[in-house]
Amino acid sequence: MSRAQKTIIRISLGAVLFLAAVIIPVSGYWELSIFLAAYLIIGGDVLYKAIRNIAHGQIFDENFLMCIATIGAFFVGEYPEGVAVMLFYQVGELFQDYAVDRSRKSISSLMNIRPDYANLKKDGELITVDPDEVKINDIIVVKAGEKIPLDGIVIDGYSMIDTSALTGEAVPREAAVGSEVLSGCININGLLTIKVTKEFGESTVAKILDLVENSSSKKARAENFITKFARYYTPVVVIAAVLMAAIPPLLVPGAEFNDWLYRSLNFLVVSCPCALVISIPLGFFGGIGGASKSGILVKGGNYLEALAHTEIVVFDKTGTLTKGTFKVAELHPVGITENDLLELTALAESYSNHPISQSLKNAYGSEIDSSRVKDVEEIPGHGVKAVVDGKFVYAGNAKLMKYIDVPCYSGEVVGTAVHVAVDSKYVGYIVISDEIKEDSASAINQLKSGDINRIVMLTGDTKIVGQAVADQLGINEVCTDLLPADKVTEVERLIGDKSPKGKLVFVGDGINDAPVLSRADIGIAMGGLGSDAAIEAADIVIMDDQVSKISTAISIAKKTLRIVKQNIVFALGIKALVLILAAFGLSNLWEAVFADVGVSFIAILNSSRALKPPSN
Amino acid sequence: MKKVYKLEELGCANCASKMEREINKLNEINSASINFLTQKLTVEADEELTEETLKTIQKIIKKIEPDCRLKV
Repeated sequence: MSRAQKTIIRISLGAVLFLAAVIIPVSGYWELSIFLAAYLIIGGDVLYKAIRNIAHGQIFDENFLMCIATIGAFFVGEYPEGVAVMLFYQVGELFQDYAVDRSRKSISSLMNIRPDYANLKKDGELITVDPDEVKINDIIVVKAGEKIPLDGIVIDGYSMIDTSALTGEAVPREAAVGSEVLSGCININGLLTIKVTKEFGESTVAKILDLVENSSSKKARAENFITKFARYYTPVVVIAAVLMAAIPPLLVPGAEFNDWLYRSLNFLVVSCPCALVISIPLGFFGGIGGASKSGILVKGGNYLEALAHTEIVVFDKTGTLTKGTFKVAELHPVGITENDLLELTALAESYSNHPISQSLKNAYGSEIDSSRVKDVEEIPGHGVKAVVDGKFVYAGNAKLMKYIDVPCYSGEVVGTAVHVAVDSKYVGYIVISDEIKEDSASAINQLKSGDINRIVMLTGDTKIVGQAVADQLGINEVCTDLLPADKVTEVERLIGDKSPKGKLVFVGDGINDAPVLSRADIGIAMGGLGSDAAIEAADIVIMDDQVSKISTAISIAKKTLRIVKQNIVFALGIKALVLILAAFGLSNLWEAVFADVGVSFIAILNSSRALKPPSN
Repeated sequence: MKKVYKLEELGCANCASKMEREINKLNEINSASINFLTQKLTVEADEELTEETLKTIQKIIKKIEPDCRLKV
């Protein structure tokens, strides 16, 4: 039988005896002794703890205050109330323990991504070891259904892996020989043999757990307020109670000591700040935990609090709103078909590994028949020259066309133009540009439909490219041709524009924008999965590369703040109300106990809502 | 050095913040924080904590919440 069950049985017994005492018409010492027996059965442990704590010099202890209040009730002749209040308090404590326990369980299930063991391959045999004992370059085997214990590279096997614990992304990823896999992911079906690249302490899963667990040390303003408040609240209320019991009966004519003592007992019961002390940190911790479940790592309650006040969102372009990879965007043939233009260029560029050549090959789609290409010659800084199907093909920039003395299109293009000439005849150009992420536009829209009134895009790219991307995404403000240092200046200018309470968020890829990330009120890095630099530099890390997670993060922050505010107002409001009523002799101990444990219970349950990730 | 200890039977949030405050007063450590929800005490100090310091921390915890134990 658990401790809680024993307590429940004991309290139930006491409650039965208490009811009997209320119903059976006895009086005098009999009445007192039955009530006293019920009281001791129900609250004996509280009494014991109170005495023990006084011995330790802890006078503002909750147990002690509750004992004073209930013994006081006996003293003023309110026997039933003395017992009932103790009963109510004990039941409240049970509920509170249950609520705390429930929250602890859901938090530990969030933290349940820590792998317990690794199957280490040693001398041809598999042994089960603690992930901590595995070293870099060791070979481990992960079977279907197991967690990948350490970061590494697949050297044998093929499988689908579930990354949802890290990214919140439900679609499984493919892992084949050569793919990098991260600890914390679950191997769904195949058998993977992995060469370890990082020790456990440095692995992704250890870093994430460390980050979430330590997030409670960076406290939000609301948390600091509560900590400070709690320090003064209890002594102040207790002193007020003592004064109230002592002064009016002495000074006010006709004031009865018992009446004022009873009022002061109410004060003692309400004097514990537990509701706030538990529920506020739980709210923030829950918000951070819920966010991590959606693949958003928040490094502290303070960042979550700040994020709820976001006014300006500044995006870096490349790698954040765009994929940072090239793609064929436009074909402008002159005198030949689009397909011919693409085919010629892809063939001519087929021997190059340049990202632009790769994008041409991807756009071409079919297999390159390399027997059609001969005498490839790269002209550095210009392009390539090759013999395709017996004809000379030149593909490259405008400088190459000038070099071979072929006139070409000279207007503005959004992206990079590859001009093509066949046997000194211009056949057109292909525009290659950075690809915008699929969800960028909808993400920007989501932000706009929230309370974010200003969205700015910064880029080192040219005006024409930057403007084109911004137009496609519906971003009104763009700053182009920026050097990394200019981005800091630009962010500083924007910080000057916001209202005193508002916050500026900068979203980057975390690779080369560390100074901007740290200068902004909140720095968010995208695509943090596997990138240590991004995790280091930012305040909030989005594990995958979905831009829409920004508004998810903001809505989690807002929800958390709302819950925290509700709890502060609710707990303080009820306590203040009961204190005022008690001072005027209008409340009884029942209400006071509710204001103590009842409010705690409700506030904790309310806070546990923050643990749930938003449902969109 | 930074070390995390488990606190068993930590029952009251207000007590946890009292403990945190008292432990922070110790000269031997730089900072201490208690997470009521994960029931963990995190201590940062320049040097490894001695038996004696641990005993002092243990005492502080016992004084504030007699049922609570520090698990080393």
